[in-house]
Amino acid sequence: MAKLVLDALTAKFPQAVSHTETINGDEIAWIKRDDLHTVAHWLKTDPKMLFDAPVFVTAIDRLDWKPQHRPLAEHWTEDKPRFEVCFQLRSVKYRYRLRLKVSVPEHDPRCPSLSSLYPAFDWQERETFDMYGIRFEGHPDLRRIYLYEEFVGYPLRKDYPKEKRQPLVRRDDLPINPIKATGEDR
Amino acid sequence: MGLEITTTRIEDAAKWAKQSKLERATNWGRKFSLFSYPFVTACCGMEFMSVAGPKYDLARFGAEFPRFSPRQSDLLMVVGTITEKQGPALKRVFDQMAEPKWVLAFGVCASTGGFYQNYHAMPGCDQVIPVDVYIPGCPPRPEQVLDAMIMLMDRIQSGRGHSQLRTKREDIIAAQQAGTEE
Ligand code: SF4
Repeated sequence: MAKLVLDALTAKFPQAVSHTETINGDEIAWIKRDDLHTVAHWLKTDPKMLFDAPVFVTAIDRLDWKPQHRPLAEHWTEDKPRFEVCFQLRSVKYRYRLRLKVSVPEHDPRCPSLSSLYPAFDWQERETFDMYGIRFEGHPDLRRIYLYEEFVGYPLRKDYPKEKRQPLVRRDDLPINPIKATGEDR
Repeated sequence: MGLEITTTRIEDAAKWAKQSKLERATNWGRKFSLFSYPFVTACCGMEFMSVAGPKYDLARFGAEFPRFSPRQSDLLMVVGTITEKQGPALKRVFDQMAEPKWVLAFGVCASTGGFYQNYHAMPGCDQVIPVDVYIPGCPPRPEQVLDAMIMLMDRIQSGRGHSQLRTKREDIIAAQQAGTEE
């Protein structure tokens, strides 16, 4: 059904939409990073679309992604950006579902913020920033939302060590951790 | 002995024989009037409710009221997952409690971190505060909690709680220092 949405989107923004796909009934449109805001604005305001319900924002870390895992998405082979940022939208009136994906390279983890269009995305973008370190440009208040200010790094990135702890307090009478003594902070 | 003491452990009774009558009486009073402060953070709270409720009835061990002020309580029950972000709050609650105080780690999360082995979960609340009795289980059965309660009461009676031992140690050190100064 929402193939209709993907077709309309591609017809309207042939430049901005780099690729569309349908996986398990989910319509996905890959949007070029700089055009995301324009596309989302059109999706929200166009009377045939009316994507008025924001569902979630998250990111996917494709650290060990190999092209053979998913033979789709040709543009991936160009520069293999590490992160995908997903914006799931829903149109309550027409019952469309659509996921906008933006690929974000590791050395430059920027993504346009949609929180001016959808205020509900404000905290979700903060969470994505907190966990993956994606910098949402235009976000009014991009701070950590769950973790404490002292936390270093982004824990849901796949290269964050699983066992690494960043304690705020510890008892001072604990036996010395042998790992700590070697200088490695756990 | 005018004082009747019931115990589940014979060796404990032998230890108490070394205590003075006054010490024995105070510890007896302490163990039957525990005021608990439930530091409930996660799903173990459900099991805590069942233990504290009428069916399993923690109150029959003298732990009658959960006090929701740490300053009025002497048993800290750490019920549930403790995150690294919560560490300072837990330490602060513990520091506010009046001596002598005891800590019960309720469930594997509070004891070791449980199945959370990742960036956010503290590997056991004993990283921050000294724990007297650990209760395994996810969540523990109420019987386990009652068993732990009995163990804790034995500990209190024999003066082996962390804060009791600390007070004793401090007394000995103070006495030694007073002796050297003379
Ligand atoms: S031990 Fe199990 S039941 Fe208790 S807080 Fe942890 S996960 Fe929840």
